[in-house]
This record gives sequence, C-alpha cells and structure tokens, in this order.
Amino acid sequence: MNTLILRTVAPVITALMLLFSVFVLLRGHNEPGGGFIGGLIAASALAIFGIAHGPGAVQRAIRFHPMAIAGAGLALAAVSGLVSIAAGVPFMSGLWIYPDILGAEVPLSTVMSFDIGVYLVVVGSVTAIALALETEPDGGAGEGEGGG
Amino acid sequence: MASPSTPVDLAAAMVTTVPALADWLVILPTALMILAGAALMMIRKSVRLHAVIAIAALVLLVLIDALLLWQVSSSGPVTMTMGGWLPPFGISFTADMFGAVMALVSALAALSAAVYSLRDIDASGLRHGFFAFLLLLMAGVSGAFLTGDIFNLYVWFEVLLISSFGLLILGSEPKQIEGALKYAILNLIGTTLFLITVGYLYAIFGTLNMADIARKAGALRGVTENAPPLMTLTALFVLAFCMKAAAFPVNFWLPASYHTPRITVSALFGGLLTKVGIYALIRVTIMLVPVEREAISLVVAASAVLTMILGALGALAQNDLRRMVGYVVIVGIGNMLAGVAIGSPTSVSGAILYALHSIVTMTALYLVVGEAGRLAGTFELSRLGGLWSRAPWFSFASLTLMLAAAGLPPLSGLWPKVMLLKASLDIGAWWLAIAILVSAFLVTLALARVFLLAFWRPAPEGMDQSLPETDWRSVLPIGLLSALVLVFGVYPEPLLALGQAAADGLADPSAYIRSVFPTGAAP
Repeated sequence: MNTLILRTVAPVITALMLLFSVFVLLRGHNEPGGGFIGGLIAASALAIFGIAHGPGAVQRAIRFHPMAIAGAGLALAAVSGLVSIAAGVPFMSGLWIYPDILGAEVPLSTVMSFDIGVYLVVVGSVTAIALALETEPDGGAGEGEGGG
Repeated sequence: MASPSTPVDLAAAMVTTVPALADWLVILPTALMILAGAALMMIRKSVRLHAVIAIAALVLLVLIDALLLWQVSSSGPVTMTMGGWLPPFGISFTADMFGAVMALVSALAALSAAVYSLRDIDASGLRHGFFAFLLLLMAGVSGAFLTGDIFNLYVWFEVLLISSFGLLILGSEPKQIEGALKYAILNLIGTTLFLITVGYLYAIFGTLNMADIARKAGALRGVTENAPPLMTLTALFVLAFCMKAAAFPVNFWLPASYHTPRITVSALFGGLLTKVGIYALIRVTIMLVPVEREAISLVVAASAVLTMILGALGALAQNDLRRMVGYVVIVGIGNMLAGVAIGSPTSVSGAILYALHSIVTMTALYLVVGEAGRLAGTFELSRLGGLWSRAPWFSFASLTLMLAAAGLPPLSGLWPKVMLLKASLDIGAWWLAIAILVSAFLVTLALARVFLLAFWRPAPEGMDQSLPETDWRSVLPIGLLSALVLVFGVYPEPLLALGQAAADGLADPSAYIRSVFPTGAAP
C-alpha cells in the first residue's frame, strides 16, 4: 500500500476528510450527521495517513495520545451534562447562549459541546485501535482498548 | 431567533420546576466516576497522580453514596430524569433503598480494592490505565444500581463489561488473554440476550422506564385476547441475568477466567460483577414481573440448588487458592438465587443482605488470598504453609473472613442464611433448606482446609521466608472489610431493617413509581 501515489495524496485526503468530519459534526445538530459519524470520518482520515506514512507520523501529527483525546472528549461530555447544576435544570438539559460574534448571532449549546465530546471519544478510541493494528507487533504505539 | 415564543405548553412534556439539590445525588456517583476516569485517561503518562486522584474520587463516591442512602431512607426514592423531559420520555435515574445500599457497599469494596492495588499493581499496569479502568468500571456499576430505565441498565452493563475487559488483560500474559476470551465471549452472549429481551419488552410495553413498566404490567396481565407473552420475556430475562450472575448451568465462564488477572482485579470482579447480575435479576423479576417469576420459580430454585452444591464441591476440589475463591463466589450466587426463587419478603431481603455480605466478603477473601500468595510466593495449597506464625494479625482477619463466607456465627454470613432458611421452610421447600445447609457445610470444609494447610501447617521445607511482610496497603483494606463483616455479624439490626425496607420497596413499588411519576401512580 505504501506507494508514491498514496504517500503524495494522503495528506491532502486526510486534510479534506478532517475538514469534512467537522462539517458533519456541526451539521448533525439539525440534520443527519453528528459527533459519532463525524468522529468515525476523522478516525478514518488518520488511519489513511497512518497507512501512508506510518503510525509514528500520525502520533506526531495529532500530538496527544489517542486515548488522551478520548479522555478529553469523555470529560467534555460529562461536564456538558453537569453544567445543568448551575442552571437549575435536570442533568443533561440543553442550555443555549447566543453570543454576537463578528456581527452574527452564533447559537452555542451544551448539546453541541456534548456532541463534540462524543466526536473526540470516537476519534480517540478508534484511532488508538487503528494505530495498534498498524503498528508492528514489537512496537508499542498504543494499546487497543475499545469504546464508543 | 433567541428564545422564540411558542404557543406550546411545555409543562406537558418538560420538567418546569427546579430540581432539588438532593436529586442530584442520584446522578453524581456515575458522573463523578466518568469525570475522574476521563481525567486519568488524559494524564495517562503521570502515573504517580493516578492513585491519588482515583482514591480521592472513590472516597468522594463513598460519601456521595452514603448521603444518597441517607436521603432515600429519610424521604423515599430519589429520581432525576435526564434532559428535562418528563418520564417516561426522558431517561430516569431512580435510587430506592435497594439500589442505594448496593451502590454504597460496592463503593466501599472498590475503595478497599483500590488501596490494596497500591501494592499489587505495578508500573506497567498503571501505564495501561488500571485506575482509569477501575473508575469507569465503577461508573458502570453505580449506573447499573441507580438507573431507573431498563435500556439504560443495558448501557451500564456494557460500560462495566468494556472496562472489565481492560482490567482482565492488564499484564497481557497468554493465560490472561485466554481467560479474558472465555469471559468476553460468554458475557457478550449474555449481554446480547439481554438486549434482545429489552427489545422484546419494548414491543410489549411500549416503554423502557421501570416505574412505567411496573405500573403497566398489572393491566397487561388482565388482557386475555392476544395475551402479551410476559412469560417468555421473564424466562429470557432470567436466563440473561443468570449468565451475568454466574448461576448454573451458565456459570462455567467464572472459574475459567477469575483466577487469571491481578488479584485486585479478581477481588473487584468477584465482589461486584456477579452481584450486578443478581441486582438486575432481583430488580426485574421481583419488581416488574412478580407473577411470572412465581410461575418459573421451580426452575430457578433447581438452578439455585445446583449452583450451590456444585459450587461448593468445586471449592472443595481446588488446589489453586484463587480458583477456590471463585467457586465460593458461585456458592453465594446460588444462595441469592434461592432467595429470588422463593420470592417472599423475607427471602428477598435475605437475598439482598446476602448480596451485600457477598460484595464485602468476596472482595476481602480475594485480597486475603492475594496477600497469602504474596507472602508465600505461591497460590498452590499443596505448597503453602506457616502463614499463622509469619503474620498472626493477618491470619486472624483471614479466619474471620473465612468464617463469614461459610456463614458461621457471629459474622455477617449468618443472618442472610438464617433468613433464607426460614423463608424456604415457611413455604415447605425443605429440599432448598437442606441444599443451603449442605452447601454451607461444604464451604466450611473447603475454607477450613485452606486455613489448616496454608495457615496452621508449619511452613514446608524450602519455602521462601524472605518475601516482604504485610504493610498498611494490605492491612487497611482487609481490616476495613473484616470490621464491616464483624459489625454486621454482632449488631445486625440496622442492616436487617434496611434489607427489609429494600425488599418491601420491591414487593410494593408504589413509592418508586410515585418518585418517577409524582402526579399519579395509575397509568
């Protein structure tokens, strides 16, 4: 698989897929899409990059260990639910703010931050599995504990 | 666009009042464990911090669970429904006496295991995320005990199952992988069966909220035309939960896997996981489908008798201490199953108390075995010896726990057994009573054999006496759990009252239903 063609186009494909995954994530609020499918797209982008350039390159590119990314997503999702304590509504209630950013009203919500958490959990855990599968047996780039 | 004014009356579908701060107690155990587990995943390299954060989180969990139990016992079941939707549309978390007390005792067991792990889990185990898995396992266990939604119960089963896979293969030895594979496949079959049954239940009831199911079951039972297949549903649930709880004939996975992981992991599994299965079995059969449970009670009772007797014989036959304790766990499951089979208030509270006793005692017994194996350098009964002279206090605590596990006075194992015996004699099931007594006798023999050979017998020639002595990391958890066993043995009244209240709450779930649907218990 490690041909010149793949190695040349892999960064472009990866970049496009990552961008598309964020689009799918944000689109998911009112239309088909969402954190889970977006996370899968992002994880497959990283997997393609890993096939072309090796797991080490992916690890360097994403800087944090995949499981740490999954942990951050889990924490973000839990915090999104717990914000409700301060607002005096039951756990996981959707809370909205509408800040004015550059003249446009941008609706932000705990629903969205929860979905971003899901996105990160899926990216992290699936990438950890993919990297573990792409790593040679004697290496140790990541252990494949599942989830999601 | 901000806050559009709608003519819709939101009060018909949404919670419009501010939830009481006490209601948060039912969410916090799970949320805290997930948050702390996630934090440990993020700082996976700084393993020194893991133990500090995990133990602090578990202490907090014990406090929250204690507060929750206090709240439930003073003012009835506590409910919070997610997302502000009214039940049955939102997912409810409901803690009644049964769930709250199980959550508290399992948190205590997990805390003890976490302290012991300071000695048992090495740096490589920590790097593989032992404490993160432990906290996520506790998120699953707490969630399973506190949820009021049957599909959500399935989700927590999955959460604790996935965490338990991670814990099982800590160390990645071939033997562990083999054990984990058996455990994984059989548990996945059980969980899948559970999921299928939940789908079936949804088709019949059109709801997944347990309080809603409980109040609708009575009306559905009256239907004669195209009668809903509640019997099939009950049988499937019993099979799925018996697989989880390791009841005969679907318990062969437990002895095949529980002796392979680190001893702390065995302690957690032996103490908690099978009891989650028993919890689900009691919750569903006693509270939701009591009439159908009565119809298959003979089958459950037969399974209980076989689980007890074969488990006790298995315990007697083992040479490996860890395998032996695995069989003692199974004997306990048989006893609890007998309580479920009888189904009277006395027997259900006996089963609940047995579950609490079993969580504490089995966790402690695994820790004892781990410590004995560490002191002697082997888990094989034929090569152990001389522990009494090496560590008298440790041996004393071990003897206490073994007597408790065998059900001898004055320790905690006695009372649940007495209640189960009384309940089985009350309905004239003398053969069940005999099975309980015979299995208790066999377990006494098995544990006495361990004590005689491993503790009293002089150390065999050539045994390594230089291994490090016990220190606070093993004394503290074993001491705490033995103290619990002793206190409940000599002063059982508070816990007996608690068990009775928990059983009453299951037999007549009107308080549970009112907690979820305050406006009316009728559909």
